[in-house]
This record gives sequence, structure tokens and C-alpha cells, in this order.
Amino acid sequence: MLYKAEVKVSLKPGVLDPQGVAVAGAVKTLGFTGVPQVRIGKLVEVWVEAETEAEASTKVQEIGAKILANPVMETFTFTLTLSIDRLAGVN
Amino acid sequence: MRFGVVMFPGSNCELDAYHALANVLGQPTEYVWHQERDLARFDALLIAGGFSYGDYLRTGAIARFSPVMEAITGFAAEGKLVIGVCNGFQILCEAGLLPGALQRNAHLQFRCAPTYLRVENPNTPFTNAAQQGQLLSIPVNHGEGNYFADPETLNELNRYDQVLFRYANAQGQAIPEASPNGSKEHIAGIVNRRGNVAGMMPHPERASEAILGSADGLVIFQSMVNHLVGRAARV
Repeated sequence: MLYKAEVKVSLKPGVLDPQGVAVAGAVKTLGFTGVPQVRIGKLVEVWVEAETEAEASTKVQEIGAKILANPVMETFTFTLTLSIDRLAGVN
Repeated sequence: MRFGVVMFPGSNCELDAYHALANVLGQPTEYVWHQERDLARFDALLIAGGFSYGDYLRTGAIARFSPVMEAITGFAAEGKLVIGVCNGFQILCEAGLLPGALQRNAHLQFRCAPTYLRVENPNTPFTNAAQQGQLLSIPVNHGEGNYFADPETLNELNRYDQVLFRYANAQGQAIPEASPNGSKEHIAGIVNRRGNVAGMMPHPERASEAILGSADGLVIFQSMVNHLVGRAARV
């Protein structure tokens, strides 16, 4: 079975996000009000071959902890779905 | 003694580092490619700066899983000297050989400029040729050199004298205006608890001859030589 994981990597609360601060500034410049904060993370799509959803989940959890997120300043969560349209894009 | 200069696809400071060690300091030096697994012939390693693997995912995140990093972990466990400069520092943090992480500069700008480093601990293999509080003029060249660690880690770094250098002004004051990147507590370089693995964002190899504007970077390499010679003499 082919599963697709959407891994969301976020900065831990309290870790300065200079990119988010810059974007928040631009949002304000555009005239939006009531946008006190913007924080930027990453979305990583990972396709995983596994027999069961539980196996896929274990695999993604390990990949996330080992390389996708740096535990010093980031956390991650993910969702898993059966991938019906096979692999996306060129890779 | 023999130095190895470690390089990855995307490293770009290995020639300068080699030149400083081999030609300026006169030490036997070799390049070490990222696929190498046998480091037994070296006494000390320098992980050169650059943009290993294009800085993809995070700086140093991919390089950290290369074969040479596994070998370097063993090398460090034997108590041998390892110093990571710039991207090398980022890789050592990613590999967990040094605490903390380097994040985007607080002002979001890439910074290529001379900085003053204040020597915080001269009793390490990387700083023994310096005096406490001495100012070293060494340039930085990075977009992601903003040192981050949680308060507990910062306390430990201070408690065990693991901060090697802080960014300072010409008067030796470590103040926000003197920092090129917004690092926690103005930290520019640290060493592990054991004292044999160091990382720094500024580039000592770019300040290794008077013609470059400063030869202060030699203090760090000379310290490593002193340490190795001293240890050899004691054995």
C-alpha cells in the first residue's frame, strides 16, 4: 500500500521566527489589521510504502524525528492518507 | 600531527582552511571527502564552511547523515579534536555533537563582515594561545548564524565554561549592536563539555594572514597545535 503523509514542521513556541516577523510586517503594510502574529513552518509530503496504516505511521514518525524536524527548535505533526493518485509531480 | 579538512558537496571554504593550516601554519594537512570512513590517520579535523547539500531542509541537516559524519562521531568519542566553522558548526549541531542550533539571522540579512570576538574561555584546546577577554578580529559570512538554545542549555554552557567566544564591539563589550545575527547571549562559538569538539560561525581561515586584514584566526589553529604538541610531549 502507498500512503501519503503530510508532515507539518513548526517552530516551538518561544523560538524567534524572523521570517514570520517580516511577513507580519508586510501584512500590516498591506493594510490588514488584527493580525498580531505570523509564524512560518514547513509542509513536507512523504510517500511511504507499508502493509498497514500503523506501519506507515511508525515509519513517518521515525523519519520526522530523525531528519525532518530539529528537536532543538521544531516540533512536527502529520496526517496519513491512502495515496490513490500514486506519486506526485516529477519526483 | 595531521589535520583533515572535511568537505561536502557544496562546501566552499575548504581551500582557504587548507591554505591556513598547510601553508601558513606549516602543518601536514589533507582534504577529507564526505564519503570517507577511516579517519585514524588524523589528529584533528576541521569541518569547512559553505552550503553543504545546498542547505536543503535545514543548514547541515543532510550532511549530518553522510558517512564521514559517522566516522567523525567516533573520532570525537576518542577525544580527538574537531572544529566546525560556519556550516561546519551547523552540521555539528545537527549531528548532536554540540548543543543548540543555528537559525536564520534575526534581521534576515546575509552578513559578510568583520566582527570582534571576545575570548570567554582561554583554557581549551581551541583557545589556549589567547588571553581571557582578548579581542580577535575574524569575519563572519552567513545567513543562518543565529545561535539558539533553550534557557537550560544556555545555563549549562555558562556553568561549564563552554562559551568560547561572544561577539563584542571594539571596546570588548558584548552588546546587541556588536552581534551580526542576534545569537542568544551573543554566542559566536562553543565547545562541548569534554572540550574536544568546537563550533564557531566566524571564519578563522579568512583571518589567517596580515594581507587579509587580520591574522587573529591563527590563534585558534595555533591553540590546536599547542594542544596536540603538548599532549604528544606528555605521552
